[in-house]
Amino acid sequence: MRTTIDRAEVTQPSEREVQVKRSFKAPPAVVYRAYTEPELVRRWLLGPAGWSMPVCEMDVRVGGRYRWRWRNDEDGAEFGFSGTFREVRPPSRIVHTEAYDPGTSGDDFPRNDALVTVTFMEEGDRTTVTTLVDFGSKQARDAAVATGMTDGMEQSYQLLDRLLDEQPRP
Amino acid sequence: MKADASNRLDATFLALADPTRRAILARLASGDASVTELAEPFAISQPAISKHLKVLERAGLISVGQDAQRRPRRLEGTPLAEATAWLEQYRAAWEANFQRLDGLLEEMQRASPASKRARPQTKRQKRR
Repeated sequence: MRTTIDRAEVTQPSEREVQVKRSFKAPPAVVYRAYTEPELVRRWLLGPAGWSMPVCEMDVRVGGRYRWRWRNDEDGAEFGFSGTFREVRPPSRIVHTEAYDPGTSGDDFPRNDALVTVTFMEEGDRTTVTTLVDFGSKQARDAAVATGMTDGMEQSYQLLDRLLDEQPRP
Repeated sequence: MKADASNRLDATFLALADPTRRAILARLASGDASVTELAEPFAISQPAISKHLKVLERAGLISVGQDAQRRPRRLEGTPLAEATAWLEQYRAAWEANFQRLDGLLEEMQRASPASKRARPQTKRQKRR
């Protein structure tokens, strides 16, 4: 109970990494299935509204490959990720490489594969999933950061207020 | 252009990685303040505060106001907004995934009530 996280929490443990944490109301075995069975994965790993996942292939064993590709339903834009599983330990841990496939996004920034570590930790009747993405270098993470930056500045001023509100007052 | 954006983000994230600097920003969010005023609530020396202010200034998070005597520090919203925008977009995309996953997990557990985790009796009692 004490450590459950009901809202996705994003942090940057180092200048090379980004970490996402979230708790789920299910035991690790069930959450693990939802993360490793392609027909289940494609039902939730869709990102913002308006995207579908036409390709979701996963051979979940050490040395096995996976390929994910998303398509924007409105303009047909596509991008994806692919890689190899390095560690497969049901129901507690998966490690895989992640190569970014810019698809039609026009982003041609050269970058190395990222290394993604997903851990499933049992907490009472919940499971806390931690996804740590190690981009390998500061430059690669910066590139990923830059890719994620689009125009949403107005909305972000409200977020600024919220962020500052969260800080303890001196 | 892209490199500029990420260099800026680096400086922003570096500046935000310290609790005292975040507290300074929070203070400035409620109005401009001089170095002396900013140092007041903290149990650290004025030179130490000045050092923090330099980092914030380099990141473009604060600027120095017109008054030559007071030299008030002012919060500059844009770099922080850019950093927050990226993190928030990233977070929002994941949260959208996770809310779908919440639904899927519920469905999976309903489909296999034999799961050792399912405690139908407790749940039923609660509902009544």
